[in-house]
Amino acid sequence: MKEIILAKVGETALKGLNRKVFEDMLIKNIRRKIHTLGRFEVVSSQSTIRITPLDDDIDMDDTAEAVGKVFGIVAYSRACIAPKELEEIKKCAAEYLADIFEENVSFKVESKRSDKKFPYGSPEISKQVGSFLADTFPNITVDVHNPDYTVTVEVRDYAAYIHASVVEGAGGLPVGSGGKAAILISGGIDSPVAAYMMAKRGVELTAIHFASPPYTSERAEEKVKTLLELVSEYSGRMNMYTVPFTKIQEEIQKSCPEELFTIIMRRLMMKISDRIAVQNGCQALITGESLGQVASQTIGALACTDEVADMPVFRPLIGMDKKEIIAIAHKINTFETSCLPFEDCCTVFTPRHPRTRPKLDFVRRAEAEVDWENMINEAIENVKVTKIGE
Amino acid sequence: MEIYLDNSATTKPCKEAIDKMMFVLENVYGNPSSLHKVGFEAEKEITYARKTIAKLLGADTDEIIFTSGGTEANNTAVFGAALARQKTGSRIVTTAVEHSSVYESCQELSRRGFDVVFLEPQSGGNISEEQLSEAIDGNTVLVSVMMVNNETGVKLPVDKIAKIIKKNNAPALFHCDAVQAFGKIPVRPSKIGADLLTVSSHKIHGPKGVGALYIKKGTYIKPLLYGGEQQRKIRPGTEAVPLICGFGAAAENIGSMSENMEKIKELHNYAVETLTGIDGVEINSPGDCLPYILNISAVGVRSETMLHFLESREIYISSGSACAKGKKSHVLTSMGLDAARIDSALRISFSKNSQKSDIDILAQYLREGMDTLVHSK
Repeated sequence: MKEIILAKVGETALKGLNRKVFEDMLIKNIRRKIHTLGRFEVVSSQSTIRITPLDDDIDMDDTAEAVGKVFGIVAYSRACIAPKELEEIKKCAAEYLADIFEENVSFKVESKRSDKKFPYGSPEISKQVGSFLADTFPNITVDVHNPDYTVTVEVRDYAAYIHASVVEGAGGLPVGSGGKAAILISGGIDSPVAAYMMAKRGVELTAIHFASPPYTSERAEEKVKTLLELVSEYSGRMNMYTVPFTKIQEEIQKSCPEELFTIIMRRLMMKISDRIAVQNGCQALITGESLGQVASQTIGALACTDEVADMPVFRPLIGMDKKEIIAIAHKINTFETSCLPFEDCCTVFTPRHPRTRPKLDFVRRAEAEVDWENMINEAIENVKVTKIGE
Repeated sequence: MEIYLDNSATTKPCKEAIDKMMFVLENVYGNPSSLHKVGFEAEKEITYARKTIAKLLGADTDEIIFTSGGTEANNTAVFGAALARQKTGSRIVTTAVEHSSVYESCQELSRRGFDVVFLEPQSGGNISEEQLSEAIDGNTVLVSVMMVNNETGVKLPVDKIAKIIKKNNAPALFHCDAVQAFGKIPVRPSKIGADLLTVSSHKIHGPKGVGALYIKKGTYIKPLLYGGEQQRKIRPGTEAVPLICGFGAAAENIGSMSENMEKIKELHNYAVETLTGIDGVEINSPGDCLPYILNISAVGVRSETMLHFLESREIYISSGSACAKGKKSHVLTSMGLDAARIDSALRISFSKNSQKSDIDILAQYLREGMDTLVHSK
């Protein structure tokens, strides 16, 4: 039985004159997401996107799972296609729903007739299909108030569609509609979640990772790649820029006061990220910081690091508890990878007593002891690019 | 020229698998658990293979555990699941037509006090949903049923089992031995609701000595082996890097399953047509079986006699069921075949490399065998 997917767009439909731009972007993203599964027709009509498989051997479970990861879709249904004849609609509905209607369940039928040339009105379609189903399956009962299943019959331009459940989509806005930003990612639990959250608001991602071999290992970098691959299931492909950071970290260790190691390190990371981001067309930076989680994430410390960035720094996790962050990490499947025990650039050189309320003047003065410019330029020149999600 | 039509016993390793193994043996000698680069290179290689297998199964990489083959994977699944759940119940439901690595593991568990039900195949060599539904009760902790039978190619109703377990409120894990199906038809544990699923390398043109067990995320089973952190402690021991990589390469090289299937269907039909033209040859495989396997009888000539006769002509096939030497096949008996037909059963099994000309030559010598060999009474 031929199945299609009907995807409902959310906020996208509210975008007034820009609606077409958003919708085209969403269709392009859907196509890109499912093209490896086979050939499809993806078209939009009446604020629904219709995804029709063109090959016989396309796996619709896989397709549904993939569609569920595309931002900009609030809900979707898998539906069967029936010819626009009432008898055919009844027959198809019974065949399509046979599996779930074997059990003792309650149901109701709702119909939408957008093709007004169809000879039966919506209430009549519901009534006829409903009584046919009730006759066919002895175990089911009608319940118009709290049914287990709402069978929806949509009579549209070219065919009728029948489905019994609506699944929540990924929500948000189509990736690309919200500009481009760079996520600073270390390999912990927070940054992949932050990346996912901004992608959800339509932001196209670029990733920046700082590596300090031999203090950090190649496995740590591989872990970050794995995390980004998982995020790219939602955000689409991106570039990862790995910055060689050893020399700078060693210099901080040598020349700066211990209690300021972390804050100076983060300022330098921010400075470097800002430049890489500009070079790659980004308009903002993203970090996974959550207020007060660690010493470098106090208001004072964040103010100190923000000062060196010219572009806005987005921190989608700023008001979230660790528990809430972990829940999202589980949902996007990054939690287990994040917990792999490798040293990252933030955990090496940690001061014993980091300053939680750093004074900007003081930090600036301590930083000025060293000429960082050459080292920053050298690091940026030696950045390694890796393609993620190809 | 030799003609090999015993691909359900094992397949010839493909060039891609051999090349990969040679490369890994020579160049990637590290221990994947070592922290240094040499170790990391080995880890990367097995991770890549794991990804390939996971993708084919529609699973996550951390759901795949490499083992020394199908037998170890089946033992791990059966003992691991039964022992992990022995406090919740004591019944195990399986079939009489399982591969011996499941069958005999269940026999051992029966000796250790489990109440094991071996479902006997009904007409057509298959197990019915009703049988399963009757056997799986609230005390059942494990259901182990194979996807495709190795003797006849019969497809068992594995897609119904998860539903029955749920309906009958059984606290059971569902294990599926998919060794004969993997690489030939889509095998998706999440789709059939399997918690555990076995696949093997050497049936898909990979090396012998390696297989994999799919363990659904969140499913706990007791390990068979102890001593090491590898593979989440479910299967400790330094991974067989070259074999695993060969397995991965073979899996990557399967090609389009639907295209292969078209070709095999054609071969199967051609074989049925050609071989039934020989006096005394009967087809045993039912019409809806996996076309990669064709079970026939050359009535009047004992299986082994015909097998050795064909062998002398460099044609290699198997007697009715390679694993049940000497024993009368349950499957064939259940299909209502008479003794003469069971005694003379032969299994022809194809691979994507099989040719029509192979069948012509097989037919030629099968006919010669039928004409010249002394028929038993």
